[in-house]
Amino acid sequence: MAGKPIEGEKRAFMTGNEVVAWAAVAADVDIMYGYPITPQNEIMHYWTRMAPKYGREFLQTEDEISAGFTTIGGVLAGRRSFTATAGPGNTLMQEAMSMAEMMRIPIVQVVTQRGGPSTATVIYSQQEVTMTCFGGNGEGARIVYSTSTHQELFDYTIKAFNIAWKYRFPTFVLGDGYQSKMRESLTIYDPESRGIKMVPTEPYMGNEGLPGTDRDPHHLRNTYNTEDELYGVVTDIMKNWEKVAPEVAEYQEYDVEGADVLIVAHGVVTRAVQGALKQLKEEGKNVGHFRPITLRPIAEDQLRKRAEKAKVVLVVESSYGQLKKLITDAIYGLSTPIKTFLKPGEGITAEEVVEEVNKLL
Amino acid sequence: MSVAPQMPKCWRLETKVHKFCPGCGHGLVLKALGEAIDELDIQGKTVFGCDIGCSLLAWDFFNIDSVQTHHGRTTPVITGVKRANPELIGIAYMGDGGGYAIGSQHLVNAASRNEKITVVLVNNTNYGMTGGQMAPTTLPGQKTETSPYGRDVDSTGNPTQGPEMVAAITPESAYVARGTVSNVRQLKKFLKRALENQISGNGFSFVEALSGCPTNWRTNAAETWKFIEEAMPQYFKIGELKVPGDKKEG
Ligand SMILES: Cc1ncc(C[n+]2csc(CCOP(=O)(O)OP(=O)(O)O)c2C)c(N)n1
Ligand code: SF4
Repeated sequence: MAGKPIEGEKRAFMTGNEVVAWAAVAADVDIMYGYPITPQNEIMHYWTRMAPKYGREFLQTEDEISAGFTTIGGVLAGRRSFTATAGPGNTLMQEAMSMAEMMRIPIVQVVTQRGGPSTATVIYSQQEVTMTCFGGNGEGARIVYSTSTHQELFDYTIKAFNIAWKYRFPTFVLGDGYQSKMRESLTIYDPESRGIKMVPTEPYMGNEGLPGTDRDPHHLRNTYNTEDELYGVVTDIMKNWEKVAPEVAEYQEYDVEGADVLIVAHGVVTRAVQGALKQLKEEGKNVGHFRPITLRPIAEDQLRKRAEKAKVVLVVESSYGQLKKLITDAIYGLSTPIKTFLKPGEGITAEEVVEEVNKLL
Repeated sequence: MSVAPQMPKCWRLETKVHKFCPGCGHGLVLKALGEAIDELDIQGKTVFGCDIGCSLLAWDFFNIDSVQTHHGRTTPVITGVKRANPELIGIAYMGDGGGYAIGSQHLVNAASRNEKITVVLVNNTNYGMTGGQMAPTTLPGQKTETSPYGRDVDSTGNPTQGPEMVAAITPESAYVARGTVSNVRQLKKFLKRALENQISGNGFSFVEALSGCPTNWRTNAAETWKFIEEAMPQYFKIGELKVPGDKKEG
């Protein structure tokens, strides 16, 4: 068997899907379960090329329903397991994610968003925000990282496994087709070389000892007999989730101090906003940018603090208000007006953002 | 004089009396399964998965690590466990609705891939848990809540022949059988062989168990048994359909 997938650090120039596969091997992931759908296919392609060299496994399932549930099985067996999908596959996987949420199963799902509710375009979109944050029957007790660069894809894929196993909530890395397919330079590394310790995994089933004699059997279920029982379980999960939320929430701010216009954007759109910011600053405009890295939970307090002082909040996204819903909810009660620049399924350029901001000033 | 009932060692006594309706076949299948597990001495390394449907009532039935999952998804959950830890013995336990309707794609593909798991499917010719609707296995002319005038095969098709289908799509190393709660000794033997086939790493193993649902069939004890023993085997032939390197019992 080969040694470590990555020794120390290495500069690399690769596609986003390749980055995810490298991050997963570097993070000591044991097994991937997957089903082909564009634009995430190459995650599986790279994984199936690398995994056997490091004693890791892969199963191509019959569909995404199965990929979601086999991934749950992998976690139940105590292995670091993940899956990746997009669009209609994400829809099918939500059934398994509902179960993972309810049973606190640390499953990791990489989503490479693609356009539309159907089998529409396969590249540009942020239209899987609502589904990834709240899909399925349940309350949305899940952690969603929205990445914007290849470096982040690498960093947050590794982090997703640790956060999932630490807090035992299903964890998502939300990318998109653009990130999947474009090439970019980044540093890949062995997590240990940066002092990142992988959170140890443990089985939910098949533990040591004879159940009933040496220990109690583990009886996992997601069906409850009475409303009271369900109420108790869900309340407990959500209390826990709310406690964890402030520890998990991540964000970035650019020039927010004294900003009149506060632009809110996530994922790949953040890059256009940062480009716009540079230009607007040169023109002497008071514009700042707040970027939620976790969409669920969102860094509510920090966002409110900034939004409160701004004259206007401008939400920029490649969907028809899916981020806006999260922002409206997070800053409910403030009098700052919310404006939007929405381009579902299309890319957004820095020039367009500049133009939108100038309309507001 | 009273005689204590004989229960398999791997049953969890704290959860007995079990929760199935009086006269339900699930209890008998689980008894045969429990005895097979005892005889093979695999309680410590077995994992048990059950479906939505009346099989879910078995979520805490055994002193065995168990998981109850979504309707039709027991096969992929146990597949996922087994793929991640091949040392374990994985049992997926479900109804005919879970296995032949909503979860049929999983059954077909797990069988085609020759997953090293054991699937036990309880055929009671209806959807028990949801109140007795038509199932893929409902017999021609049989009345259910959604076939109140009797199943019309012209518009709804014929009863699913599950083991026959699984036998047709699995390789030689698979084990396939159909037993019945009216012959528990034989059913236990089939279950044992199915588990042995998994233990030896051979391949997929599948046992359908003909079973009764007196509550939804609205039958008394005598009529329930009559239906199980006379009506069901006319369509669902009892016996072994596939035995790797061995003689079948017909
Ligand atoms: C996705 C989904 N659809 C429908 C249901 C409702 N449902 C619960 S149990 C069941 C039928 C179970 O029948 P079967 O699998 O034959 O098992 P039995 O109850 O007869 O043992 C159905 C349709 C569900 N829980 N989930
Ligand atoms: S409804 Fe039918 S299958 Fe379900 S427990 Fe009652 S008798 Fe058994």
